[in-house]
Amino acid sequence: MKRFLHVLLIVLSVPLSCKKLEPAAPEDHETLDGPVEGLSDEQRAMFLKGDIAFNNDVFTKETGLGPLFVSTSCGSCHAGDGKGHPFTTLTRFGQINEQGNLFLHAGGPQLQNRAIPSHQPETIPAAATFSKFTPPANTGLGFLDAVSDADILAMADPNDADGDGISGVANWVSLKNYITLREGSIDNTGKYIGRFGKKGAAYNLLQQTAGAYNQDMGIVSTYEPYDTFSGEEIDPEVSNQTVQHVVFYLKTLKAPVPRNINDPGVLAGKGLFTQINCSKCHVTELKTSRSSIAALSYQTFAPYTDLLLHDMGNALDDGYTEGSAKTYEWRTPPLWGLGLAKISQGGSYYLLHDGRARSIEEAILLHGGEAAYTRDKYKALSKEEKQKLITFLESL
Amino acid sequence: MKKLLLLTTGLIITTTSIGQIDATLLRKRHVDTTGTMLNMDAVYNRPFLSLGKLPVALGGYAEANWQHLGTDGITEGHQFQMRRLTLFVASSIAKRIKFLSEIEFEDGTKEINIEFAAVDVELHPLLNVRSGIIMNPIGAFNQNHDGPKWEFVDRPVSATQLLPATWSNVGFGLYGKLFKKNWVFAYEAYLTNGFNDRIIDNREGKTFLPAAKKNRDRFEESFNGVPLATVKAAVRHLKIAELGVSYMSGIYNKFEDDGLQLDKKRAVNVLALDGNMVVPELHTSINAEWAWIFVDVPETYTQQYAKTQYGGFIDIIQPCHRGKIFGFENSTINIACRLEYVDWNVGKFRETGGNIADHLWGIMPGISWRPSAQTVLRLNYKYYNKIDMLGNPPARTAGFQCGIATYF
Ligand code: HEC
Ligand code: HEC
Repeated sequence: MKRFLHVLLIVLSVPLSCKKLEPAAPEDHETLDGPVEGLSDEQRAMFLKGDIAFNNDVFTKETGLGPLFVSTSCGSCHAGDGKGHPFTTLTRFGQINEQGNLFLHAGGPQLQNRAIPSHQPETIPAAATFSKFTPPANTGLGFLDAVSDADILAMADPNDADGDGISGVANWVSLKNYITLREGSIDNTGKYIGRFGKKGAAYNLLQQTAGAYNQDMGIVSTYEPYDTFSGEEIDPEVSNQTVQHVVFYLKTLKAPVPRNINDPGVLAGKGLFTQINCSKCHVTELKTSRSSIAALSYQTFAPYTDLLLHDMGNALDDGYTEGSAKTYEWRTPPLWGLGLAKISQGGSYYLLHDGRARSIEEAILLHGGEAAYTRDKYKALSKEEKQKLITFLESL
Repeated sequence: MKKLLLLTTGLIITTTSIGQIDATLLRKRHVDTTGTMLNMDAVYNRPFLSLGKLPVALGGYAEANWQHLGTDGITEGHQFQMRRLTLFVASSIAKRIKFLSEIEFEDGTKEINIEFAAVDVELHPLLNVRSGIIMNPIGAFNQNHDGPKWEFVDRPVSATQLLPATWSNVGFGLYGKLFKKNWVFAYEAYLTNGFNDRIIDNREGKTFLPAAKKNRDRFEESFNGVPLATVKAAVRHLKIAELGVSYMSGIYNKFEDDGLQLDKKRAVNVLALDGNMVVPELHTSINAEWAWIFVDVPETYTQQYAKTQYGGFIDIIQPCHRGKIFGFENSTINIACRLEYVDWNVGKFRETGGNIADHLWGIMPGISWRPSAQTVLRLNYKYYNKIDMLGNPPARTAGFQCGIATYF
């Protein structure tokens, strides 16, 4: 009997050491999701609500999915808030210049290439040019959102006054009627600076979110009330409150935490990055102005973007555009979180706007236009130097 | 020792402790322990209690547990759960006519389900008619799901999140058995109401047969008027093992409504193999099930919803002590291990040609103590490794679970 008591005690004591036998949380620098530091309890609760709507709200026919759609939840395309996979790629078509989209009557700008059963998805009209967009990471967006227009314009150099071959222009976009201007917005004949999306055509995260519900999943809201299938205004399928929670979630996702920052290779790579002018577009440091979220106010951060459009040359010109951007212009993508791209892209890289580059080096070599000079500088680096530069990029 | 083995293969002997009622009034209805029982007999092969001369026998089981699980550093802490309380009522209406019903309360009273409510009429041992709410004989677990028969707190993932256990429907069918020396052959064939389109339109965002159960109307009407056919054949060698092959086939979509064609008929087919055996000498009992699911998903839909899925589990149970423990004369202690694998999306991405992951594997070592044949106290550790569609790093869940399940 005593023996059994002993055994029983041992057996029962095992589970009490439970935590040790449960999988540990990944380190903060190993993942992209999670809130910024310094949120209040109330803000964290709001973040959680947005997190659930973003990741767990899987839409079905009953809750409004489609009839035409691309995917069923935000999280299915933005896994772990990281970059997406070709499976989650969006196709947009029908606009070749700033005159606007010529194919709105034929389902433009976005192709809904999937449909609920007994419906037919859209196809790209034969005459339309198109571009594919692989999802970017959603991290640190609140910081990017809080940069002032003045700061963005200060980086622009439309006429290349400094003669470095790199200009950089803002995408001037018309505002959706539901958008409230952020403090300090600069008006250019009724148009405003867009900063989100690969073409920089979305003014803020509300536009991006309401648009995503509508165009990516076929979910209408009071913000975007038109069904993509019928073109008719229909009853909202997502509440304003949920949309706002998601916007709050996106704003307060932490900025990616760099890794191995003191590694000599990383430090040397960082030096090269500036030396060969990568940092002229992938600007290493930006600062936020005042934000309604205290944790985002007056912060300095390192996104490696200038939020401006650049001519990237013929190879990256798909013949499609948005806002005032040219078809060959792309918004500099933030490079933060680049080293963690693989953990959300299924183990390998899919870089550039459509995921065509399968490695960091390939992405660099596909730079053209304003970046041609920098790209050639990269080519001229020694093998070791190239490796250091890439090691640095992977540490971001 | 032998009794224990029988018990772990699902054959349970009745010994009942009685509360306030005068014990002399209660008759135990013994379950069959001759070894001729098959998995298909599980519904009736349960401990029942009859009151006096009443033709009705009562039974039931309950399962409760504690658990502390964590997924990648995030835990819900200590959880105490009453997973289910099930009541059965059986009655012999006439000599070869019997009725059994099983009503289950799941997660408190969140879900109340009639798992089984059918009349069986025996015309001949080879020809029995069953009608009512029946459990479709797909795999083994679906018909043999009573908590006290298993050594683990959780039901197998492949039984509940790939196959839709407990999967019951209104319908009717035939079954029968044939005995030949050491062999038993059996068949079952039913037509019932079937699946609905939630299997490819659900909050899981994956082809998910259990989602069909969310349709509350399914006991009342068929979703599309096409019956679901389920057939099973099983063979048992009395000293060695039982093997079963089952197949379920139906249409899941509403291809027609109000006389108007809406879509073509889309099929759902399931093939399952199950087996159980006791290794001679070692007395190790092994119980396994594997299923393949094929769903006709429209090409123009999303590949999140798979056309092919498969998965299964194997439970290995080793009795290691038998005797008196804390005064329970027929106590047995088992060590047990379950291995599981489920692939919810077998296929390749159209965009890249790469493999679609969306799979899980799990291992669940545990120990159990059966103070009596009908009651099990079990403690297990569980480790699940779950990979999303794209094949990103896994979500790892692990922790301990401890619970009790007992017939009453
Ligand atoms: C079908 C896949 C898909 C779904 C579903 C989807 N997204 Fe996206 N998302 C993308 C792609 C592709 C882009 C890039 C589009 C662009 O640049 O214009 C993007 C861009 C974004 C951006 C801009 C990020 C930046 O750096 O500029 C945000 C924010 C965003 N999505 C949020 C959401 C939210 C919120 C939802 C759910 C309501 C959602 N997405 C649903 C694919 C998707
Ligand atoms: C003229 C501005 C400019 C310069 C200079 C520049 N880039 Fe870029 N970079 C871009 C733009 C714009 C893109 C996005 C192009 C696209 O998506 O098609 C990009 C994309 C990238 C990407 C892929 C990011 C992703 O998320 O897919 C990497 C990596 C990158 N650049 C690294 C570098 C490096 C290293 C250098 C220096 C050798 C450099 N860039 C110089 C503008 C520039």
